[in-house]
Amino acid sequence: MKKQKLVIFSTIGLILLFLVGGYIYKDQQFAKAAAEINSHSSSLVREYSPKKGNENAKVVLVEFFDPACGTCAQFHPFVDDIMQKNEGKIKLVMRYAPFHNGARAVVKILDAAKKQGRFWQTLDVVFKTQSLWKTGMTAHSEKLWKYLPQAGLDIDRLVKDLKDPKIDKHIDQDLADVKTLGVHQTPEFFVNGKPLKKFGYKELENLINSEL
Amino acid sequence: MIDNEIKSDTGWSIVFLAWIIATVATLGSLFFSEVMGFVPCTLCWYQRIFMYPLVLVFLVGMISFDKSVLKYATPMVGFGLFFSIYHNLLHYGIIPESAVPCSQGVPCSTKYINYFDFITIPMLSLIAFSLIAILLFILQRRFSK
Repeated sequence: MKKQKLVIFSTIGLILLFLVGGYIYKDQQFAKAAAEINSHSSSLVREYSPKKGNENAKVVLVEFFDPACGTCAQFHPFVDDIMQKNEGKIKLVMRYAPFHNGARAVVKILDAAKKQGRFWQTLDVVFKTQSLWKTGMTAHSEKLWKYLPQAGLDIDRLVKDLKDPKIDKHIDQDLADVKTLGVHQTPEFFVNGKPLKKFGYKELENLINSEL
Repeated sequence: MIDNEIKSDTGWSIVFLAWIIATVATLGSLFFSEVMGFVPCTLCWYQRIFMYPLVLVFLVGMISFDKSVLKYATPMVGFGLFFSIYHNLLHYGIIPESAVPCSQGVPCSTKYINYFDFITIPMLSLIAFSLIAILLFILQRRFSK
């Protein structure tokens, strides 16, 4: 009986230690991250970043995304839905975080599409066709090209625009901001500079609603 | 009779100690990956494969305490020890990096934590597997007496 109790108490003790330790650690990390973001608020939005919605909206939603990230594609319609539900109250800012192999080339296409004013249409196509140009953890941008006309892009112009060295500068700046802000996963959201405490649809919606 | 009971009591304590070590190692590795967000490399996964079941093997071994716990735990500890020795050799650069079997994601020579230049995650794994191996060896000696 003594042995049984010993095992049961040890189990409970170790699991409690794990849970409490995890909670304290996460809480500390969150406070640290929030302080870090506050001191680097200029890293959140850059003037070249694609923006959508009311310029003077009460809520600024910043999304760091990777075009080859499956969760980003899943979140995309959900974010659109929130934007529609709260029309005029949210400004959406997209930031590049090409973590997957080959994703940088896709981001380049998106940034070049911006010059034709077709960033959002292109993003829709990119996410919708993601499974067709991505295999495993690698993005194959060459397979994406045949779907680009669906976004109403002038392909000849896109090819020319892609040569602009500014595109690489934008991506490098975004990746530098990724480091500064401590973005490790995509999509990463910031609502008026506040990160999500726990990742999820509901959590994002709640955080946005609390700022509205 | 009394002698036998004492013997089985110490035996039980040895299994209990091994179980504690395996549980701490399991929860610790989960803490690194799930709470701190370190992505485990391939070799870490192989070590996890052999460490996690030990928690249950020792647990069952404690409930109905008999010799068979040795039989089931030893191969797992052996393989785990093998992978953790290999991993440490990589980690400390004794085997060159090009020999790392991880192709994608995190290379196994990445150092996530390093306290006092000595305590790294693969080192913790090696310590855990070694301690369990030593305990099993002692247990085996007791049984064969």
